[in-house]
Amino acid sequence: MSVVGLLFLLMGAMAVGSALLVVTTARLVHSALWLVVTLGALAGCYLLLGAEFVAWVQILIYVGAVVVLLLFALMLTRAPTGVQTGLTTGNRVVAAATAGVVGLVLVTVVVAGFGGARVSVDEESVGSATSMGDAIFRHWVLPFEVLSVLLLAALVGAIVLSRGRASSGEETP
Amino acid sequence: MADALELALRLVLVLGAFLVLPLLVGQTEHKVMAHMQSRVGPMYAGGFHGWAQLIADGVKFAQKEDVVPAAADGAVFRLAPAVAMVPYLVVLVAIPIGPGLVGQELDIGLFFVLAVMGVGVLGTLMAGWASANKYSLLGGMRVAAQLMAYELPFVLAAVSPAMAARTLSLSGIVEAWEPWWLIWQLPGLVVFFVAGLAELQRPPFDMPVADSELVFGPYTEYTGLRFALFLLAEYAGIVVLAALTTVLFLGGWQGPFADQLGWLWSLTKIGVVALLVVWLRVAVPRLRADQLQRLAWQALVPIALFQLALTSAVGVWNG
Repeated sequence: MSVVGLLFLLMGAMAVGSALLVVTTARLVHSALWLVVTLGALAGCYLLLGAEFVAWVQILIYVGAVVVLLLFALMLTRAPTGVQTGLTTGNRVVAAATAGVVGLVLVTVVVAGFGGARVSVDEESVGSATSMGDAIFRHWVLPFEVLSVLLLAALVGAIVLSRGRASSGEETP
Repeated sequence: MADALELALRLVLVLGAFLVLPLLVGQTEHKVMAHMQSRVGPMYAGGFHGWAQLIADGVKFAQKEDVVPAAADGAVFRLAPAVAMVPYLVVLVAIPIGPGLVGQELDIGLFFVLAVMGVGVLGTLMAGWASANKYSLLGGMRVAAQLMAYELPFVLAAVSPAMAARTLSLSGIVEAWEPWWLIWQLPGLVVFFVAGLAELQRPPFDMPVADSELVFGPYTEYTGLRFALFLLAEYAGIVVLAALTTVLFLGGWQGPFADQLGWLWSLTKIGVVALLVVWLRVAVPRLRADQLQRLAWQALVPIALFQLALTSAVGVWNG
């Protein structure tokens, strides 16, 4: 097995292991911090597969923004430093089964769709910013635009929801 | 083999820069602040203008007992200073200071730098939470609120020179830079610098650590070497911000005799920007929470978007 293959296995094991810790640890903030490890290991997998651009976007968006937002929300609500009891839901068996089935379906779909495809990781152009930009803005431009409209709609919706409460508060002083 | 040796040499040089430049900035801050505030500061250690005071401070930090509060979350508490500092070391690897003078040339250097810099925040948040101290927690929350507000204008402003240069490579951006960029990229430059200051929690954006009300916020419970690591991270952050401002907006190594003296131009520009950071600490009062948020969302974000529109328009105009 090549060095890259070995590193990939290691990163994959790290991602799965820390993901398990995210849902089993008894401290809420530790969950968020293990999530950082999971997302980082996933970025490492992308990097090893030659998808440089996706890897750094993963770090920038998920570790730099989403986890910070999560930690902020946790600090605002309740996050004692000690062990918390009752964090794990009573539905854990059902949840684990659902997660397992969803994972199985995803793996099946990916294997059925791309099982025979081979992409040489040594080619530098595979996951570079140039090839990503070309693909998104030429071939996939319509889905990209639809997604951006969806995000804009969500943004407007969030503003309307948060402002609606404020204005009704003003009406009844 | 020769390649590996060259890479090792480059990385050792980057490590050297990481160990020397932040200390230089720290020493400059001591001296420049003292003169700007018409006081002398420590003048005796080592003889000439108290140059050895920094070393004495280092020895003092190393001697102090390493205290972990009983209620703190030990592992996270101990890990936090490293998480705060290491990203800046990693970022320095990708910043070019001369033609070919770079730790490791990356095609998407800009993305790499922005992504890794974002990780450093986690160290401060971890410190704020794990200390089990209400001042620290308040500081941590202020850090998170401030960073969420300023990350957006920071990244938007950094995109503008990349669009103008049509590359994400930091060396490529410097090579494409022309003096007139100083004028039409000026709004982006201001937004980038101000948002960068806020990301570093430097005055006037030091509300999260506000020593007079929060007793140093997330770092209240830290002593000795771990506290020194946070200080070092702050100075390393100044170096990284100054270097990025230089590379993205000030033309890096470009200047007269750039072929021979390029690295000197880079270092000079970095030094001037770092000096400006120190100057602002002395000259500008701390912003309140509401002022912080208003500045970010109502001034910096619109200016950054305007700069992006301008850059696109000029880009399309030039074909």
